[in-house]
Formats: sequence, structure tokens, C-alpha cells
Amino acid sequence: MSRHTVDDLQAIADAIVAEAREGEQIAASVTRSRETDVRVRNGEVEHFVSAQSQSIGISVIQDGRTGNSSARMFDEASWREVLAEARENASFGSVDEFAGLAEPDGVEIVEQKLWDDDLAAFPTEKKIEIAKELERLVLAEDPRLRIDEADYADGSTEEASATSLGIRSSSRSNSCYATVSVLVDDNGETQTGWAYALGDSPDKFDLPAAAKKAADRATRLLGAVKPASRVTTVVLDPMVTAQFLGIISGTLVGENVVKGRSIFADRLGEQVASPLITLIDDPTDSRAYSACETDGDGLATRRNVLIENGVLKMFVHDAYSARRAKTKSTGNAGGCLALQLVPGTKTQAELIAGVEDGVLIDSVQGLHSGVNPVSGDFSTGASGLVIRNGKTAEPIREFTIASTLQRMLLDVQAVGGDVDWLPSRAAGLSLVISGVTMSGA
Amino acid sequence: MSLVDLSQEFDSSVLARVLAKGRSTGAGFSEVFIEDKRNMGASLDDGKVEAVNSSRDSGAGIRVINGETTGFAYTADLTEKGLLAAAEAAAAAAATGDGQVHTVSLGTVARQQVNDVRIPPTSVPKARKVELLMIANDVARGIDQSIVQVSAGYSDATRRILIANSDGVLATDEQVRTIFRVGTVADGDTGMQTGYDSVGFTIGFELFDEESIEELAERAARQAVTKLRARPAPSGAMPVVIKCGSGGVLFHEACGHGLEADLVARGASVYANRVGELVASPLVTLVDDGTMSREWGAIGIDDEGHKSQRNVLIENGVLTDYMWDHIRSRNEGHAQTGNGRRQSYQHLPMVRMTNTFVLNGTEEPDDIVRATEKGVYVAKLGGGSVNTATGDFVFGMTEAYLIENGEITEPLREGNLIGNGPQVLADIDLLGNDFAMGNPGMCGKDGQGVPVGDGQPTLRVKSLTVGGTAA
Repeated sequence: MSRHTVDDLQAIADAIVAEAREGEQIAASVTRSRETDVRVRNGEVEHFVSAQSQSIGISVIQDGRTGNSSARMFDEASWREVLAEARENASFGSVDEFAGLAEPDGVEIVEQKLWDDDLAAFPTEKKIEIAKELERLVLAEDPRLRIDEADYADGSTEEASATSLGIRSSSRSNSCYATVSVLVDDNGETQTGWAYALGDSPDKFDLPAAAKKAADRATRLLGAVKPASRVTTVVLDPMVTAQFLGIISGTLVGENVVKGRSIFADRLGEQVASPLITLIDDPTDSRAYSACETDGDGLATRRNVLIENGVLKMFVHDAYSARRAKTKSTGNAGGCLALQLVPGTKTQAELIAGVEDGVLIDSVQGLHSGVNPVSGDFSTGASGLVIRNGKTAEPIREFTIASTLQRMLLDVQAVGGDVDWLPSRAAGLSLVISGVTMSGA
Repeated sequence: MSLVDLSQEFDSSVLARVLAKGRSTGAGFSEVFIEDKRNMGASLDDGKVEAVNSSRDSGAGIRVINGETTGFAYTADLTEKGLLAAAEAAAAAAATGDGQVHTVSLGTVARQQVNDVRIPPTSVPKARKVELLMIANDVARGIDQSIVQVSAGYSDATRRILIANSDGVLATDEQVRTIFRVGTVADGDTGMQTGYDSVGFTIGFELFDEESIEELAERAARQAVTKLRARPAPSGAMPVVIKCGSGGVLFHEACGHGLEADLVARGASVYANRVGELVASPLVTLVDDGTMSREWGAIGIDDEGHKSQRNVLIENGVLTDYMWDHIRSRNEGHAQTGNGRRQSYQHLPMVRMTNTFVLNGTEEPDDIVRATEKGVYVAKLGGGSVNTATGDFVFGMTEAYLIENGEITEPLREGNLIGNGPQVLADIDLLGNDFAMGNPGMCGKDGQGVPVGDGQPTLRVKSLTVGGTAA
């Protein structure tokens, strides 16, 4: 890691928190970022975005009252204005005896490789070429395919933060990806698919695999019909499982627990999931896309086992919720940071072979509108393939799957070994869940 | 305190030089979008005003279009030097290398006032804003002893924009929005339930002279309390009646996105090549109207410098037109419709809705329920989403009831509804006479959020799939 490059940002953050008056706590975060975004269509660049931006965020806590302010400039006149505004804002908050910044807890940072020099030096023309290549590869897969959009994007962020309690951290990170979304037409019907390619730098992208994935997703849905309603077993594709874990994670966040918004608030030590489920939040695992060194409070991230063999072991906390729950921060300011399920051993095909009658859920639509993590109700639109006698059969679409979060965790029948380190805060794998209601025609 | 028009802060000769720089690598079109946005927000949770936040974000996005290629760069540095540097970057991104000198002459400033802001939020003491949160908290908690948690949020935004382009367009707008939200949790024998309601308009702090925070908080609390006795929603296809002012999101998803000309041009819409055809029940007339005073999606000028207007998209079931932005209307020789919008100066504009709604029919809303033997009555819809290429869309029901023998009976737990746009539009068989606009919404497309409004009278879809768990 080359931390020296953010010295100028660290100096600003340090100068801001040095302004703290007696009885006042200040946290400051200073960020500079760059982005490139190329979109290609029909072999031509449709748009090319190249920009850099900066931002500053300041929190002030005075007598248990919190105020925040932010701006996009960080020259001294600007940050002084932001600080004054944050102080003024703090005067209007309620007194909260638990408000306060994190105390340094001595946990060592586990260093992550967040910066790639090859990516930083990657030439612009080759970025454009990657998007064009992805488009070409997709079109070569099947003559019925059309490109909706093919994109290459990368970004880099330099960040420094400081608090008046002595926590300082800085980081420099960059990342890149290519995505493609495709359309396929047949007999007046259109279906869609998408895929992405990831890597530390663009020369690590597996573009042919992404092209094949996008083409498969779209073409295998051709001819899909609306299924009849029934209760069935579903096999969640890794991406769907990752989305499901994202919802579950909200119920395990300390703030929701202390404020009475978690369905699992009173269930520590109890069996809340199938014994097959061991759920870990581990941002120190460098395989995780969202691996990071510090949380939003500036504390070192760490490995936390949340559910072990189906038993609820702990909630995750930031400094505030930990203080309220009379426990210690788990390094989770910002919630669960990098979730993973301990994998089983079977491939997706082997899991499907064990399902007599069910549905492989390829993708879901509407998790934000049909799932209520406070009541536990779960209902989402979906598309996928029927599973009959252990094999995938005809495609289906325009149906929903529904259950409750509580039941789905307990109804897990098998956990796949096909871990996919997806570009999200949760890794995916195939998951078999029984007793799910499918609503269709 | 009132803010001055942005055109008084930027010399048009500077803007002309920036536009010329944008065209310096051979582009036919360049554009400067300047934005100065101030936000103030405060949130209450668990009985306490947790944090009071404010932000100021100003900057410029420079867009350069060269043939089919768009170059874009943005900067927070609004000096002439900063603007020229961004213009140079955008021009380089769209370069063909003719290197000619272009000159640009700007017209006079175009403005369109669709709202009168009586009380600029920036003029109201923060203490007064925070006080509203406490009122909402107290009222909601007082509705029923089962209410165990309340959150509330206040926020206002004052957004000044200036758009200048090499076609000579020079336009400014000031958009002021104020919104208030209340969320509740009730706890009972069957676990917890939530309630939510919000009120927001493209106006200033006078919102609170016109709308009652007490009533808003009461509605949010009653929704959660009612749902404590909710039974699981049914599963399968059945008639669905949607209450006036709660289901505009249905049209937003079922056809609104599919009528955006950029998606149509990409062949990613089930409504492509269907102008002049019957695409909905003849009962349906769908309008998108950015001039609709006060409403959440109202804008005087869109983010490409064009005046907002009223656009009829579907008339008596027949598709009449799509919504357009600069690139699509230029490519296809179509007039602008005032639908070019962007989240901020850091984003490229694209075709977006404003206020999208279905006009009144003739039925009495009570008669629509009475005419329904068995089905679901949706009193409040949540969010939704659509795959415009297939037309499949979902939307959530956050407050719904069973209809049995023509009467609204038991409350239902939450779930999604799923349908296919063209089919659902054709299946609208009863349309009420009680038009109302719905809650303020935020529409996401391609990673950008913009405020939108929607509305409709009470209506019935004769068959929609309800995604519950009960037989």
C-alpha cells in the first residue's frame, strides 16, 4: 500500500479535528476520486465520461448532540464553512447520552490489496477496446442477440479521515469492471440477460466467459411462460443468494436491534436457521469484493461469525449501537461489510439433481418493494427454469416467490460449494430452500 | 433569503468561450450545465433528533456531442479556468480532430416559472424544522400503545441550474422541494408491522401551512396498527382494485419507462414501433406533465434547457407519442418534450418522466369495489421496477385488503404484485372519477435518481398476480 499519496488529504483531516474545542468531538473525512465510464454501442463509443471530484464530510458532537455537514470543495475557506455549519447543526439535535465517536480499541488493521498499479496505468484506448471486444464476443454467441449496452468503468478513491479521539486512517483504492446487457429476439418475443467481468486490472477480465453468461441468461429464457401457483422448492442462483443475504444482514445490525426493528432482537443463542447455515461477516478476507481495512468509525475491520450452524451468535455493532447495547464495537460502522456463507461441497448441477420438483431462480425483481425486513414478509418477482426430476426444464417468468425471512432461513435444505465473489457486500453460492409459495397464473 | 438567478453569476461571454472550447476537437454540439444545490435535512428516530445535516454541492457538467459519441466531464471548480479545463476534457473524449475554431452566440435567458415559492426553506430557522419532527413523533406514538418505534425525516432542497449550449440555448431554473416522511413500527401478537407515509411538493416551507404533519403521522401509525391483524396475502391471479392516488407507480412501471425514447431507440421497449396502435384499454389516457404546478416532479426547465410541457402519451388507449431528450429528438427530428433530466452536474442527461398520471374515468370508486366479487384492494403501493424489454414489472403493496363479495374486509400482509405492462394496460376494466396525485417518488434509471410524481383515479385491473403465500 502506498499511503504517502494521501498525505495532503490527511493533513486537511488532521487540521479540521485539531479545531475541536473542549467538550466537543469532531470527525472529518476527506476524499478525492476519479472515474472513467465508457459505453459502446454498435462498435462506436456512445459516451465517454472522465472526471474527478472531491468531497469533505464533518461530524460534530457537542453535549450529546450530533450535527453533520458536507461539501464538494476542501480548500481551507470551504472546510471552515463546513465545520461552522456542522457545529450549528449540532445545536439543533436531541441530547443522546450514547452519542459519541469510537474510542480506539487497539485492534490491528489487516492490510488489504486495494490498489492496483496496472489499473492506474491502463491506457484509455484499451478501455474503449475492452467494451468493444465484449460487444463483439456477445454478438458472436448467437445471431439472435442484440446489445442493449456494453460498458467499461473504473474508479479510484483516495481517502483520509481523522477524529478528535485520535483515530486516523487513510486509504487508496481502485477498481474496474465491464458489464454488458443483451436482448434476444425470437418469434416476436424478447428476453434480456446481462453479465460482468471483474479483475484487479482490466487485463485480468475474462471477457469470453462474461459474453457467454450474458448470452445464456437471455437465450435460456426464450419461450418462458407464466407458471401455475403452487408451493415448491427453489434453488437460488448465487447472485440471488447474495441479494437475500443482503436483506438478512439488516436484521443483524446492532442499530436495528437496539431500536427494536429486528426480527431477531431477542433470539441470541437460539436456532434461527437450518444447521447448514454458518454466516460470517469478514471484510478482512481478501477474496471478498468489498474487503476493507477500516469501518465507518475508523476502527479496524474484523471477522465476525453471526450465525453458526444455524444458531444466532451475535449482532454487528458500530460505536453508537455498541454503547447502547453495553457491548463493544465489532468494527461494523456501516453494517455488515462482507458477508459469506460457509460453503457446502456440491455444484449447482448436483444440488439440482437432488430436487425432484422445483424452480431454479435465475434472477429476482422488486426486492426493494416486496420485502419487509421488520415484519419478515418476503415476496419478490422472479424468472428461472423449472426443475423436474433433478434436471432443469422449461423457462418460466412473470411469477413471484414468497415466504418469510424467518422461515426461509430455517427451510434451507442444502448449501452449494459454488462460491462466487460477486461485486456486492455478500458473496454468493447456490442455496436450496423448500416451502416457498410461487404465485403465477 | 432568496437566491439570485444563476445567469447573474455567470457572464455569457465566459459561457460562450467554454462552449467554443467544447467544440474545439470537431464536435457539432457542446453544452454547459451549472448547478448549485443546497440541502438541509434532519432525521428523528427512537424519540431523538439524531442528526441535522446540510450540504452544498455546486459544479458544472460539460457535454460534447460529436456524431454518435458523447464526451462528458464535470468539475466543482466554477471559475472560467475550471470550466475551460472540463470542456477540454470533454472535447478530448469526443475528439475527431478537425481542430477548427467555433464561435457560439447565446440567446437571451429562458425561464419558466411553474411554482411560486412563498417561503424559501433557506429562510426558515432550523429549529422550526426540527420541531416538526418532534410533533410527528409525539402524534404517532399517541395513536396506539402498540406503536413501539417512530422515525421521521424532514428535508428541503434548493437547486439552481443554468444550461447553455452551442445551439444558442441559455436557460435557468430554480427548483425548490420540501418533503416530510414518517415511518412507524407497531408490535403485536403476530410480530412487528410497519407504516409509512410522506408528503412532498415542489414548493417551500409553506408546505406545512397547507399539509398537516399531525394527520400524516396519524396515517403512518394507523397503517402499522391495522397491519397487526393482517393475514398473509393471497397467491395467484385475481382482480385488483387500486385506490386513487396510490397506484400511479403502476403506470410508471407498466408503460412509463417503456415510453422513454432512449429505450425505444435501443429496441429495449415493448412499446417500440407502436405509435398509433391501441396499447391499453380505451379507458386509459396517460399524460406526463412537468408543468403541473406544485407536484413533486414539476420543473420549469429540464436539465437540457428546454421548457417543461404537458405531453399526452396515450389517448383513449392509443399510443400517441414517446418522451424525448436532446439526443433522441435530434436523431429522429422530433420536437423536444422537456424530459431531458439528470440527477446532478456529475451525470449525463437522459429521457426521464416528470409527473405521470392517468386522467379520470366515470365510475364511482365505491361501485368499482362493489362490482368485485373477490380480489385485493390496494390502498398504498410501495416501489416498483420494470424490465422494459419484456414488459414484466413488479410493484409492492404496503397497505392492502381483501375484497370479498364486493366489500373491503381483512387487511393483508405485504407482498409484490407482478404483471406484464401491455397486458395489464389492456386489463384495466373500470376507471374511477376520483383522480388524485400520489406520494412523492424517486425514480431510478441507469444509476440516477430524479424526483417524479404520479397519479390516477381508483381503478380495477381484472387480473393481476398477487405474490402472497395464502391459497
